[in-house]
Amino acid sequence: MSGHESKYTPNSAFERWLDTRLPIIRFANDTIITFPTPKNLNYWYVFGGILAVCLAIQIITGVILAMHYEASVDGAFASVERIMRDVPYGWLLRYIHANGASMFFLAVYLHMFRGLYYGSYKAPREVLWIIGCVIYLLMMATAFLGYMLPWGQMSYHGSNVITGLFGAIPLVGESIQIWLMGGPSIGNQTLQRFFSLHYLLPFMIAGAVILHIWALHVPGNTNPTGVEVKDVEKDTVPFHPYYTVKDAFAIAIFLIMFAVFVFYAPGVLGHADNYIEANALVTPAHIVPEWYLLPFYAILRAITFDLGPIDAKLLGVIFMFAAIAVLFLLPWLDTSKVKSMRYRPVARQFFFGFVVVCFLLGWCGAANPDAAVIPALQGEPSLVVNYTVDGAPASATYRGGAEAFEQAKAFMASLPEGTNASLAAVPAPTFAFRHLSLILTFLYFGYFAALFFIGLTEKPKALPESIHKSVLKRKPKEMGNAVPAE
Amino acid sequence: MKTFRILAAGLVGLAFAGLAHAAGGSKHPHGPEAGWPFEGFTGQYDKASVQRGYQVYKQVCASCHGMKLLSYRNLGEPDGPFYDPAFPNPNDNPFVKALAAENEVMNATPNDAGEFEFRPAVPADRFRSPFPNDAVARAANGGALPPDLSVIVKARHYGADYIYSLMTGYPDFSLYEDRIIEENGETIYQTVIDMAKFEKLGSYKPDHGPAHMIQPTGQYYNPYMAGDATPNFLGDPRHTPPGGFLAMGPQLPDGRVEYTDGTEATTSQMAYDVAQFLAWSAEPKLEARKRTGLATMVFLLVLTTLLWFSYKQIWRKVEH
Repeated sequence: MSGHESKYTPNSAFERWLDTRLPIIRFANDTIITFPTPKNLNYWYVFGGILAVCLAIQIITGVILAMHYEASVDGAFASVERIMRDVPYGWLLRYIHANGASMFFLAVYLHMFRGLYYGSYKAPREVLWIIGCVIYLLMMATAFLGYMLPWGQMSYHGSNVITGLFGAIPLVGESIQIWLMGGPSIGNQTLQRFFSLHYLLPFMIAGAVILHIWALHVPGNTNPTGVEVKDVEKDTVPFHPYYTVKDAFAIAIFLIMFAVFVFYAPGVLGHADNYIEANALVTPAHIVPEWYLLPFYAILRAITFDLGPIDAKLLGVIFMFAAIAVLFLLPWLDTSKVKSMRYRPVARQFFFGFVVVCFLLGWCGAANPDAAVIPALQGEPSLVVNYTVDGAPASATYRGGAEAFEQAKAFMASLPEGTNASLAAVPAPTFAFRHLSLILTFLYFGYFAALFFIGLTEKPKALPESIHKSVLKRKPKEMGNAVPAE
Repeated sequence: MKTFRILAAGLVGLAFAGLAHAAGGSKHPHGPEAGWPFEGFTGQYDKASVQRGYQVYKQVCASCHGMKLLSYRNLGEPDGPFYDPAFPNPNDNPFVKALAAENEVMNATPNDAGEFEFRPAVPADRFRSPFPNDAVARAANGGALPPDLSVIVKARHYGADYIYSLMTGYPDFSLYEDRIIEENGETIYQTVIDMAKFEKLGSYKPDHGPAHMIQPTGQYYNPYMAGDATPNFLGDPRHTPPGGFLAMGPQLPDGRVEYTDGTEATTSQMAYDVAQFLAWSAEPKLEARKRTGLATMVFLLVLTTLLWFSYKQIWRKVEH
């Protein structure tokens, strides 16, 4: 809490001199040493520290990679491979940076789900939450810009899809699209501006992170009970050494997983097509973004119908951006005063449903929209003979085993000349990913609507009196031994 | 251990996303039965195989496919197929020098008369490209551009398995049949493949009826090639075989190269060697990566253990 009394005493003459001029040591001491932190934080609270490490790793590796990278359509692809082959430990830098983006998003999603579960967005932490959402948006922009830089097929065609989204905006869309690309199509100028912005945005993220931490230190951390700190002595411990050591342990575990990817499966999260140099004339069969953007991609593609004057493409773009925008409004959408889902029996079930919906949306984003969700349930394809009768299209359908093919062939042979007969296999109608995506899209938004109504009617469980009591209640036998924080 | 639950949940999510990438209309590639020596946590390249693979590349592939990201010196660098500890600088390695000198390349800078001369390559030179530009390459290959092979193993799903499957996956020559048909008064010459006899394919069963695949001129059917064979398939379209057509015909009949180390050059042996050579060329730092990885893992595990005990020690008096 920023209101907490400073416990810093300058020890040397220099520190006393500096303290009256720029109290930076006092600031650091109050922020990361003595800052009172609830003592009941669990492992879901470690991702803030992990994310800080991720940002530092991305910036350090990124700055070195930029020393060797060449932002030009002729040289970008080869310069990335040169980094992999000829720059000392260049392969390590690049694999850390490329997998680091995935690790960063993995951590940020767990951090966000933590916030959703323990009500970290509720008063008095709305600004903290909104700054977090801004960081998340900046991260997505940075990741998208960075994915362009290797100048592979997925880089190029993925960027084409995303910049095309802006083209769907009425009236100004086309102008915005041209402005983003720096011309009528993606080319050298696009690559150069994407590189420039990819270098800029991480520092904007770093700035937003400072605001995020500032906004955290005014009201202080939430905690799994959602009950605010009442007695600093009993409810909290100083950040150092208690949480520095706990976070360090969690960071080390996280780095082990990170290292497994970097050293043993560096390409598993990427797409093979991105090792093919960008070619505007060849479109990949299946354009997919990186895994961390798949749920939003699924929402974008889920909308295949027009709504009044709004066509399907624009509607998809609106829904996709709304899926992120709704997070900014969350503090006011959730009407319950109880923060932690531990004490919200109804909302808690909805939360777990929401997590499942997010995973399934990611699955849909990676799949072909027309593919069957459960192939085993899809019936046999039927044979359709398409032909024309006096210029009007007609068709005949055959089902069954090999005899259906014989019948269709016989029918085609019996048709007079000039009927343009052709034979095709038509898959049986089935529950496809585009249907599932649409249902999941409504469930995604439904969660936020549900939070509004559940908050009005739900009867929460009894909250613990204080953090201190909640800790003791869990271990009643040890109550006698409990020692308050030093 | 909640941490493990958290991380497990994350890993499941990533695996989910990764699995879903695998989609397509071609046959699922398979590697050699014994797997690849470079797989797993400690797997390394089989140097003898990579050396043979270079010979296959040089004598077969290189007539159409370039490898513009590689230089001859790469062959003699640490973990490379022709690395010799006596020559830490591969530019001094006489064997690599000899391999380079087998190729004639154009000088990068003009001579005093302003002309670009041809000279034997040195280890610092890039691999010689078979064609001066893409247009020439297309013109020489019926309009198809032979892809650069430098990172081909990383540029295809299933990597080395795909190369191996593709090179060994062509239908046997005995399945091809030349026939002449009369259609609308025209005489048409066709090469067809009887898919019902293509046992390696597995998925096409004889009871699906007679099934011929028309092979377009200058194109070759391969079940592992991405594509859609429906328009060329004369059988039941509900049972169109997987795969598609490519402009490269079967290149590795038995005995196509004569291995300098005496290994018998069967189709699968050559496919195995060239796939391993291409795996090395796509990922030449794989061995260094795994060595660094092992050291990093040991360090991180020790660090994690120490931090765990520090955590237990510091929090021992705090009820939480």
